[in-house]
Amino acid sequence: MPDAAGLEKLAAAIGPESVLGTVHTDVRSEISVRPETIVSVLAKLRAESYGDLRSVHGVDYYPEEPRLCVKYEMLSRELLDRVSVSVRVALDDPRVPSVTPDWPTANWPEREAFDMFGIVFEGHPDLRRILMPEDYEGHPQRRDFPIGGEPVIFTHNESSVPGWFE
Amino acid sequence: MTTEARDLSGYRQMEESVTLSEESFVEGDRELLTLNIGPHHPATHGVLRLVVTLDGEIIRDVSPVIGYLHTGIEKTAEVKSYWKAIPVIERMDYLAYYFNGMGYCGAVEKLLGIEVPKRAQYLRVIHLELNRIMSHLVWLGTSALDLGAISVWWYCFREREQLLDLFEMSSGQRMHTRYVQIGGVAEDIPRGWEEKVREFLAIMPERADVYGDLLNKNEIFLQRMRGVCPASAESLRALGVTGPLLRAAGDPWDLRKAMPYSSYEDFEFKIPVGTQGDNYDRYAVRLAEIKESVKIVEQALDGLPEGPCITEDRKVALPPRHELATSMEALIHHFKLVTEGMRVPEGEVYNAIEGPRGEYGVFIRSDGSSKPARVHMRDPSFVNLQATPALVEGHLLSDMIATLAVMDPVIGGVDR
Amino acid sequence: MEVTRQKLDGLESDLEREKFRAKQMRARDMLRGDLDGKELEDYVQERVLTSTLEKAFDWARGNSMFPLTFGLACCAIEMMSIPGSRLDIARFGFEAFRASPRQADLLILSGRISIKMAPVIRRIYDQMLEPKYVIAMGACSSSMGVFNNYAIVPADKFMPVDVHVPGCPPRPEALMHGIIELRSMVHEDPTLGWRARYSAYGTEEVVPKPAADATGVNVFGAGGTEDEIA
Repeated sequence: MPDAAGLEKLAAAIGPESVLGTVHTDVRSEISVRPETIVSVLAKLRAESYGDLRSVHGVDYYPEEPRLCVKYEMLSRELLDRVSVSVRVALDDPRVPSVTPDWPTANWPEREAFDMFGIVFEGHPDLRRILMPEDYEGHPQRRDFPIGGEPVIFTHNESSVPGWFE
Repeated sequence: MTTEARDLSGYRQMEESVTLSEESFVEGDRELLTLNIGPHHPATHGVLRLVVTLDGEIIRDVSPVIGYLHTGIEKTAEVKSYWKAIPVIERMDYLAYYFNGMGYCGAVEKLLGIEVPKRAQYLRVIHLELNRIMSHLVWLGTSALDLGAISVWWYCFREREQLLDLFEMSSGQRMHTRYVQIGGVAEDIPRGWEEKVREFLAIMPERADVYGDLLNKNEIFLQRMRGVCPASAESLRALGVTGPLLRAAGDPWDLRKAMPYSSYEDFEFKIPVGTQGDNYDRYAVRLAEIKESVKIVEQALDGLPEGPCITEDRKVALPPRHELATSMEALIHHFKLVTEGMRVPEGEVYNAIEGPRGEYGVFIRSDGSSKPARVHMRDPSFVNLQATPALVEGHLLSDMIATLAVMDPVIGGVDR
Repeated sequence: MEVTRQKLDGLESDLEREKFRAKQMRARDMLRGDLDGKELEDYVQERVLTSTLEKAFDWARGNSMFPLTFGLACCAIEMMSIPGSRLDIARFGFEAFRASPRQADLLILSGRISIKMAPVIRRIYDQMLEPKYVIAMGACSSSMGVFNNYAIVPADKFMPVDVHVPGCPPRPEALMHGIIELRSMVHEDPTLGWRARYSAYGTEEVVPKPAADATGVNVFGAGGTEDEIA
């Protein structure tokens, strides 16, 4: 992971018109960018030798706004370095341009983020649910989605669990 | 056509990939056939479903349909405290449970900023490499079985049982051992374990040669493997493929060498790479990796340092049993850890390790409480499986079975 | 109903002996009402013969079960070590794993069942021929286990299960024990499965009926079983 100065340099190379901010901690360097510019940002990172996209995943920052976030974990095999790019989108308009045409590896991870968080990747060749059934309603990994499951029946609560005898 | 039938075909279209619609008919009366394989099919290594479009026996398009084993592990980890989430995460890729635990615990350790004792690091390496051998053994046995060579399967599972005995001796469980803990390992190795491991290490390279002898001189096996479904390193890299699949194409990318973690820089080992990138290379690379893993375990056992096997930080690791009887503070820490768990400072981290199938990445977002706010696993099986269409299109259907076998996807890791 | 012969010497007290004799007399009286002489002989012979034949069937059935090659998750790996050299399920005749549900008698649910997979499993189960048995292996398929969440469903919710094997994953020995339990259940009485537990008689997929085809030949063999089941 690049140090604080390196991260600023990287952010400057990407350009101030798309960078919203940088986060640098001991364990992570992250550049947050405007959602509509993500394709060009990743292209610029590729020019800066960050040529491998390792992971694309969604994060839900409930109750903060804008809630939904997509993280792109980039790896540079020349610098042996990792940097992350994040875009934040609001819940009522969760649209992010798809990077699948440029990065084939983002195909399924983007579908997974769509499935689990409802983030719409515009320009994705095949945006469908991937893990949940096609007719499933809701996006299970959002923070306000109930975890589901059933109460575990022990001897002390079996009479209070509804329908335990069926 | 009734409306019902049309609806059905609409569903079918939804299931098919988009590249399919272009060529529905090719010259003359030859027609494309859509064949559904799975989700229950003995050759798909789990509950993977493949919708294959065939032109005769040639595959024109294949679209894997996954999710039949989706378990919601990431969601479940969010409602458990950090150290109670380890068992859930270990059940993700069920052939690489030490790697799942290691990736997750490594990420939490990064967030906590704690140092893992050297002995714990070495013990982790020993178990990780034994696990890698175990995973490759299961892969070799089942892949050979798919090609009709059942005897290799018997041999591989014989050695696997030996390995599981070792795991059971050091942690009490055969699978999902929960041995890797945040800050170290659960327990020091028992007396006599080292000798048993050395006994195993003495026979394992020879056994790997036996597998090689069984397969490398088998003409059927060679014809099914040599030159079948090759792929270039560049195309695989663009698809995000890691691990033995990428190394078989000649790209020597291995996180253990490139970005060492858990004292991997202390050990001497080689990275086997292939030259052709075909199925045979994928098989040969894994067979060679078994021997390299044996070397690593030997070195780690030789250089195993003395010291604690888990961090001394009582906010993170449970105090030893004897302290509970004498120290009030230890009792409080024990109580806090067991009831609430540790509080992890706010932040995010992405931790990647090299598993038997490629890069295991764990992303954790902490909101300062004792439960992770988001856990995401970048599982190599999930990303590698995307490469199936690129690998098998234009090849025979029977070659797809062989290729799928050597790709070694673990569906538990694909669907999580 | 079958004829059992019991030695009177085996009975402990006089009271028991008297009771047994009374029972004998009552049985004879009951039989005398409907059948007599040769008819009675025939009836008894037929009953004894069929019940013994059923026993032979059960014995064969329990000792040569074909499990379905069907793995779901972690438990499948432990299930795979069952035919391996250490445990060698072939000792009990369970080693012939069949890839097609049409040929299999036993479905081992080895792992977690997601809501996407559940209809598929139900369909596989429906495709299997009677008599069929199900073992739910591991905590997930029995009770959702550690994954008590939105994606998982226990097997009992959508299909009958004969034997549950606890563990996460169970050791192969535990699965062996489950299989042997199932075997002894089949040996004892194959109808002792889930149908007896849920009183679900008449739910068999194919109920043999003495239906005659055009030539008047009974195509289903011996008839009358439907009444017995009901």
